[in-house]
Amino acid sequence: MPDIRLAEATGAPPRSPRRHLLSISDLTRGDIERILDTARALASSLDRDVKKLPTLRGRTVINLFYESSTRTLSSFELAAKRLSADTMSLRSSGSSVDKGESLKDTALTLAAYDPDVIVIRHPSIGAPQLVARLTGAHVVNAGDGKHQHPTQALLDLFTMREAFDRLDGLHVAIVGDVLHSRVARSLLEALALVGARTTLVGPPTLMPREIEALGCAVSFDIDAIRDADVVYALRMQSERMEAGAAFVPSLREYASRWGITPERVRPGQIVMHPGPMNRGVEIDPRVADSDAARITTQVRSGLVVRMAVLYDLLTTGPAAVPTAIETRPPLEVA
Amino acid sequence: MLYSRGGDLGSFTLEGRVVDPGEGIDATLIVTVENGMITALEPGGDGRLVLAPAFIDPHVHLRTPGREDEETIASGTAAAAAGGYCAILAMPNTDPIVDSAAALGSLIELAREEAAVPVGFFGAISKGQLGEELTEMGDLANAGAVGFTDDGQPVVSAGLMRRALQYAEITRRPLALHEEEPTLSRDGHMHEGAVSARLGFAGWPAIAESLMVERDLAIAAYESRPIHVMHVSAAESVTALRRAQADGVAATAEVTPHHLCLTDEAVLSLDPNVKMNPPLRSEDHRQALLEGLRDGTLSCIATDHAPHARHEKDAPFEEAPFGVTGLETAFAALHTYLIQPGVLPLATVFERMSAGPARAFGLPVPRIAVGGPANIVVLDLDREWHVTLDVFCSLSVNSWLLGAALRGRVVRTIAAGREVFAL
Repeated sequence: MPDIRLAEATGAPPRSPRRHLLSISDLTRGDIERILDTARALASSLDRDVKKLPTLRGRTVINLFYESSTRTLSSFELAAKRLSADTMSLRSSGSSVDKGESLKDTALTLAAYDPDVIVIRHPSIGAPQLVARLTGAHVVNAGDGKHQHPTQALLDLFTMREAFDRLDGLHVAIVGDVLHSRVARSLLEALALVGARTTLVGPPTLMPREIEALGCAVSFDIDAIRDADVVYALRMQSERMEAGAAFVPSLREYASRWGITPERVRPGQIVMHPGPMNRGVEIDPRVADSDAARITTQVRSGLVVRMAVLYDLLTTGPAAVPTAIETRPPLEVA
Repeated sequence: MLYSRGGDLGSFTLEGRVVDPGEGIDATLIVTVENGMITALEPGGDGRLVLAPAFIDPHVHLRTPGREDEETIASGTAAAAAGGYCAILAMPNTDPIVDSAAALGSLIELAREEAAVPVGFFGAISKGQLGEELTEMGDLANAGAVGFTDDGQPVVSAGLMRRALQYAEITRRPLALHEEEPTLSRDGHMHEGAVSARLGFAGWPAIAESLMVERDLAIAAYESRPIHVMHVSAAESVTALRRAQADGVAATAEVTPHHLCLTDEAVLSLDPNVKMNPPLRSEDHRQALLEGLRDGTLSCIATDHAPHARHEKDAPFEEAPFGVTGLETAFAALHTYLIQPGVLPLATVFERMSAGPARAFGLPVPRIAVGGPANIVVLDLDREWHVTLDVFCSLSVNSWLLGAALRGRVVRTIAAGREVFAL
């Protein structure tokens, strides 16, 4: 294929290079390890009585959420606040989006406030890329359609590393609706980057064609989770069973074939889930509440990993924007 | 069947390396044009520029009526002139749909006022392109329709497809088919393969096209009627067409410059200007298209020029409309990415951009021959240029080539004996 350089935007003036977190595929192994190390250093701050750090004082972080979210939005808000950044959150309902404002115009409006970071969640693939093209902010993808959810993958890696003290050589089984899962896609790429092995398990109709090209094994048999160190259950969305989109015949059959039940979990394995869970469908409640489950640990990891991501974007690398307050604050949190 | 605003017929001489594969000419000549007719071809002159039969684009969206903010007949034909075209064929999926003689008549009137380059208009196959009832094809043909198509939508019902093919016989005009099995392409934003798996898009698989191509070839064989397959993108479609043609089915087919030059890897950029229908496919499909073009299975290169308002393309990839423009850049893109590197011969590209489409739609074949009308494109193959916003005559700029550096440029276009473009 000829080497054709595509225009950055439809004729928009090129912006100065900035660091974004749009997709795991933009990261190197070194980037991931640096962010996870930062997160670990920040984690100790959570145990202090006064949890706030002055690190991002004077910075502005805008959360722009076009989809409902509990974990991601709350942890980004809290992460920005813990680092002393000014933060505000906009949801599509109750804003001008309700009046039909396009993403382009909303992004340009917010850009007029010169935010340092825009965190965006959007139901359409490519929305964070558009915001990155149109604004001068560092953009963090908090989930775009079925594409990517990179901070989820990073918090999952952090959780796994805390549990096993390593990522290299770890075997992770991701179980369920891979086809519609941005969580699976991001995690899969991140695991490959850090040297872990992945097996995707689920119904053939929910497995993307040629997904093996991303360097994973695929099985339709739940027994394939036996060898894994981590069993990662994906949310099974009921809308996938609607007429015309019947990817599986019934939730009952799905649960019996691919549900994570106590009988299917081996000692030494940990069980993870990005939430929100459908107890009794993709995960048996007895497993969700067992010692093997790391589901609330994931939420706690989410906070420190998102703090680390904001810190990393604003203070590391050549394109970081210098500020009058401080350029590279020390990571002394003890 | 072609309509334009006319104007004074030109009298001038052109000189250059004349390449007309149909006439078997590749020589440096002086071409004399008097009152729009070629009156002499004499050896001599400067061979720096190349003269070829002007191009015909069988697949253009002029967006008129309904979206004159995206394209008008004047702007679309100006873009065609800048691309070296002496005729273009316009799709009927406008607002309203061109599905009646009255709608067609007003378009023809408009073309007589403002078309810089002759335009032919398709009528719809089905009323409202809903795939339910046939249009009054007889009336549409009498009013000047160049052929029939429901482009933008497939003819989903095999029964209606068969009726359309049978009935179109009274018009002797071809049917041009958008091949897409909608229950397989459903919600698809790009080719189904490794790249869609990685990006998370619902895939538009190659078989969603080739299944319908095979169905319509079977109907065409059964009815002994010709069909034209538009914007072929899948290797399986090329194979099916080649086999049917060998069996004597009168099937022609077209391919776009973007499907010849790009693969689905381009979508990794999430640039809405590489979102089109059918989608860009993987390298094996691209190679099959190139082979089909070389051996003549695909006898036409068509741009599928599809203008879109800038604010509609400035959207997340998944929300952006399908389609890219291509009239101004088609030859330069093919020259830069395929002819210069030796992937396709110059003469083959000339043939597929001019004589091929003319034959598929029963139009006079542009020739550089004494006694015929002058339909000539003048090319500077060495000229390097950048695709910037100001190179577009189209009202829309949703080009996959924005920002690209190209080599080879149309410097002059003679259409139906008139100079319609000079750089």
